Amino acid sequence: MTGPNLTWYLAVSAFLFAIGALGVMLRRSPLIVLLSIEIMLNGANLALITFSRNHADMSGQIFALAVMAVAASEVVVGLGLIVAVHRRKLDLDVDKLSTLRG
Amino acid sequence: MGNFLVWIVWFVAAFACLGSGAAVVSFANPFYSALALIGNLGSLAVLYLLLSAEFVAAAQVLVYAGAVMVMFLFVIAYLGRHADAPWAGGPSWQALGAVAAAGALMVEIVVVVGLKASGRLSNAPDVTAAFGSPSEVGRVFLSDHLLAFEITSIVLLAAAVGGVVLGSQARDDQAKSSSGSALGTRAK
Repeated sequence: MTGPNLTWYLAVSAFLFAIGALGVMLRRSPLIVLLSIEIMLNGANLALITFSRNHADMSGQIFALAVMAVAASEVVVGLGLIVAVHRRKLDLDVDKLSTLRG
Repeated sequence: MGNFLVWIVWFVAAFACLGSGAAVVSFANPFYSALALIGNLGSLAVLYLLLSAEFVAAAQVLVYAGAVMVMFLFVIAYLGRHADAPWAGGPSWQALGAVAAAGALMVEIVVVVGLKASGRLSNAPDVTAAFGSPSEVGRVFLSDHLLAFEITSIVLLAAAVGGVVLGSQARDDQAKSSSGSALGTRAK
């Protein structure tokens, strides 16, 4: 393999995960929280694929594909919740939705 | 020469990835955040290609940057100005704590991975051209990881049913609240 060492890919993955965690903790809009969770999942996917390449074993890539399917499901349910909250005329703010009693 | 080109591609993809990730978190308008996330996912697909995971890179572009993000943009456009998420005031204790926690998380990941795997990461083994190809992914998925494949289908089914249930309940609530307000105006 030519090019950068696999350590660099893992550094990118750790950085992505931290950026996503920062977004989840810092932002109040549930939409941006969902987008930040996508960033975290993708950081984990990058680490999985890097280790798959490191061990020359396809299982990591299979796991990454399964994570992708779970992420798609999570987006469906999360966006459904956001639309339901919006239709009840509540503010889209995760601090104000702390009880979710409607 | 080939080595040098790989480095250039890696640099562009990695910095596009990190920059667009920071942009997702910092934009006030979720529409721009979602567009930045599409860039993030696209540059991650380039990194996957460099790691010889061709099928995962293609699935990333098709499923994530295509289908999932279209759904996101659709919902953001549906919410309109209600989706705006302005930054709240100056730095607060919560924000400082969030930055500190995210930094601690990154340091933790780097230290754990560095302690556990730094020796083995420097020399990646050579792989054949079939590594990461669709046929190989299909073979591994339907032989060694058949259970994961089936469970994935159940997860997707549950998500589809959940989306339909949430959508129909929201419609009921809206019908109820609109008829209630109509009654209220009539009583007045």
